[in-house]
Amino acid sequence: MPLFSAKFLARSDTALSTSEHISTGLSRREFGLAAAAALAMPTALQAHQTPKITSKGTYDITVDRVRIDTGDFRTKGVGYNNSPFPTVLRFKEGEEVTINVKNNLNETTSIHWHGLILPFTQDGVPGISFNGIPPGETFTYRFPITQAGTYWFHSHSGFQEPDGAYGAIVIEPRGGERVRADRDYVVQLADKHPHPGNRIMRNLKRMPDYYNRSQRTLQTLIKDSRADSLQAALQERGMWGRMRMMPTDIEDVQGFTALINGQSTSQNWTGLFRAGEKVRLRFINASAMTYFDMRIPGLKMTVVQADGNDVKPVEVDELRIAVAETYDVIVQPRENKAYSIIAESVGRTGMVRGTLAPREGMAGAVPTMRPKPLLTMADMGGMMGGMGMEGHVMQNMTGMNHANMTDMKKTDMDGMDHSNMEGMDHSNMAGMNDSNMAGMNDSNMAGMDHSNMAGMDHSNMGGMSGPSSVDPTYVNGSGLIPKAYNGGKFLSYADLTAARPRYKYRKPSRTIELRLTGNMERYIWSINDVKYSDAEPIVLNYGERVRMRFINETMMAHPMHLHGMWSLVDMGKGSRNPIKHTVNVNPAMTVDMDVEVDEPGQWAFHCHLSYHADAGMFRKVVVRGRPA
Amino acid sequence: MQNIKIASAAGMMLAAASTAQAEPLIYGFQAEQFEYRDGDNGENVFVWDFDFVVGTDELKLVWRSEAEIVEGSGDFEGLENQLRLQFPISTFFDGVVGVQASTPDGLPDRYNAVLGLKGLAPGFLEVDADFFLSDHSFFRFEAEYEGLITNRLILTPSIEVTVPLEDDLAYDQASGGATIEAGLRLSYDLIDRSFSPYIGVNYEKSFGGTADLIRASGEENGVTSIVFGTRLMF
Repeated sequence: MPLFSAKFLARSDTALSTSEHISTGLSRREFGLAAAAALAMPTALQAHQTPKITSKGTYDITVDRVRIDTGDFRTKGVGYNNSPFPTVLRFKEGEEVTINVKNNLNETTSIHWHGLILPFTQDGVPGISFNGIPPGETFTYRFPITQAGTYWFHSHSGFQEPDGAYGAIVIEPRGGERVRADRDYVVQLADKHPHPGNRIMRNLKRMPDYYNRSQRTLQTLIKDSRADSLQAALQERGMWGRMRMMPTDIEDVQGFTALINGQSTSQNWTGLFRAGEKVRLRFINASAMTYFDMRIPGLKMTVVQADGNDVKPVEVDELRIAVAETYDVIVQPRENKAYSIIAESVGRTGMVRGTLAPREGMAGAVPTMRPKPLLTMADMGGMMGGMGMEGHVMQNMTGMNHANMTDMKKTDMDGMDHSNMEGMDHSNMAGMNDSNMAGMNDSNMAGMDHSNMAGMDHSNMGGMSGPSSVDPTYVNGSGLIPKAYNGGKFLSYADLTAARPRYKYRKPSRTIELRLTGNMERYIWSINDVKYSDAEPIVLNYGERVRMRFINETMMAHPMHLHGMWSLVDMGKGSRNPIKHTVNVNPAMTVDMDVEVDEPGQWAFHCHLSYHADAGMFRKVVVRGRPA
Repeated sequence: MQNIKIASAAGMMLAAASTAQAEPLIYGFQAEQFEYRDGDNGENVFVWDFDFVVGTDELKLVWRSEAEIVEGSGDFEGLENQLRLQFPISTFFDGVVGVQASTPDGLPDRYNAVLGLKGLAPGFLEVDADFFLSDHSFFRFEAEYEGLITNRLILTPSIEVTVPLEDDLAYDQASGGATIEAGLRLSYDLIDRSFSPYIGVNYEKSFGGTADLIRASGEENGVTSIVFGTRLMF
């Protein structure tokens, strides 16, 4: 591989993908040979790496220092099989795999198989599953493949993952793919930063807004005071300033180059199709810190799988993929033209374009990024809990006559009976604008009858909050509520319905409350205000079903990832609740997920934003007992 | 005696922090001022104000150094070095204990214990408030605000107030006679936040007994300087 330049690799990446498509009847060994043959031909190169397959079910992976060229900048990082492009592991459900991982770095490494259900000693988290792989040594992972779907793998050591140590896993179901597609491509996203991970962490610890280049400035003040008034604009800024919070605090680490399969917009990852074919795209967000909004202008995307588990197909125009999540979509391009795969970061600070094209050498259009969102007081709601308002607001508001609310406008809010809200600590809220005040403690809102609220203008509905009617996974009035690029359908967790439940529904025996907490100014992230280094493990009992209740008291979204066991996100669908490995919890929201405790051992459980996990939003989970 | 107590307390805290932590050390160098001052009193000085930090969320050791070097003679008109231990006491504020040595050329050396607060006040004001305690105690308050004109062009007003709590005639300091230094610097983040060159003005004036002492020694009170320099952060 080193014989060919990265640029050359980038240009000709599609050929093997095509041969892959043709080679779907081949055994793995034969496929391996085909791949080797393909590698011999310059025109058949691809961006993805295939690991060396030494015998059936055995895979060799090396962990190496690699040069990374994003087109915007060059840096050194960590890669697999001596390549800056992600390696794709292709397994079959039911097989037993042996994976030899050779560490060519001069520091300890590890590989975690993200989303795979396996014995905990094979899970690859140093300090929890094993001791890590020392420099120069080879560790052999052995585990049965008991599931199918799209997953990924990455280093769980230091900042090797943001530095480039990630790859994809595609597991073919027993009996072949259940959704028919003519083409099948991995689309793995990353947010490659010119700074190495340890430097980013140092900078964030010393100056949390080091990488925030989307802050409000004199220019935005002038713009806002023209739109409203100078007084209003200053008042609003004063409110944020008094709290020492920033409404622009959406992406901690800006300045990255977004990549699809290791390739930036200019390097243009391309997947080929013939008009009318069904193309399966396996979106994987391997970013360190960045959520992406994904779309293919001109095509509907049919979501068929989330986090490796099939869902009832749902057609969308755009979807938001949290860090570490996967979504499989089917698209059917009917015209002989280039279609753009657009991944635009939620904070609109980075974007990548890949292409679906009828032939090589074509490039889809690159749209300009949409305006940057701002957080609102609604997104702050969870933090209010810590300021003495928790539990007061919504309980008292159930006394409100909802029947009178049908025609509510912003101005009518003055008529609200604030006397019921005495429990609120107004001292922290001086200058706060009620109209922006959605979002406190929605967890108490379950009893509210939303059916009476039809016709209400939710956008102006400060003060009361609860889930947004647009997407119940966001707090009402949140600045992060997504809108599809074409005004069409934007995917929500509420749209995800498990196609094949893994467990019968039963009531959880207990609820474990996990407040997601942090101190943005110090860049400390924690659970229940305790950092990992100071925390006791969470103890679960084998055989129980527990409910994990995430209460997000920060202004940021956190993708929470429990290793080893499925996360059943409570969307009110019983056994049809989506089955995930990574659960996004938006600012000021409460999200419940149930866990069938069916794997003994000890597991990692953490926010998958690399720098949040490292700063302490992390727990060890110990499962007591084992199958009888 | 006071210094010994502080030092031993600091040592105990460092030991406690090192056992409790598995997280990597935070470290770095940061210079708020690294500049040439062209004063309207005909005196030009080279100034630095930097700190080097190493530590954890719970406890940081900071070496802070401030100097004024006179152009031509190369004399240190001012030279202050501090070793400070910084530990969180609230969401936005750290407590500070440490030692300070003032060792300029031509003046007697002074050593102080430092007791202070450092943090972020409402409105994103970065503040430092320190008592320097010895036979020549004084109090110093510093505040700085970063005004973003754009995300890279930054106007930073700053103010520093020093109030002697006791007379120190060698240093032209009279108890209660405050010295105020106000600055306005316009910087541009050229390389990340590592290298941010700036231009600006700096104004320094003393009041009360301190002003009298300065005038008596034949120096000008109320000096305006044009400054050129760079902020640094590694």
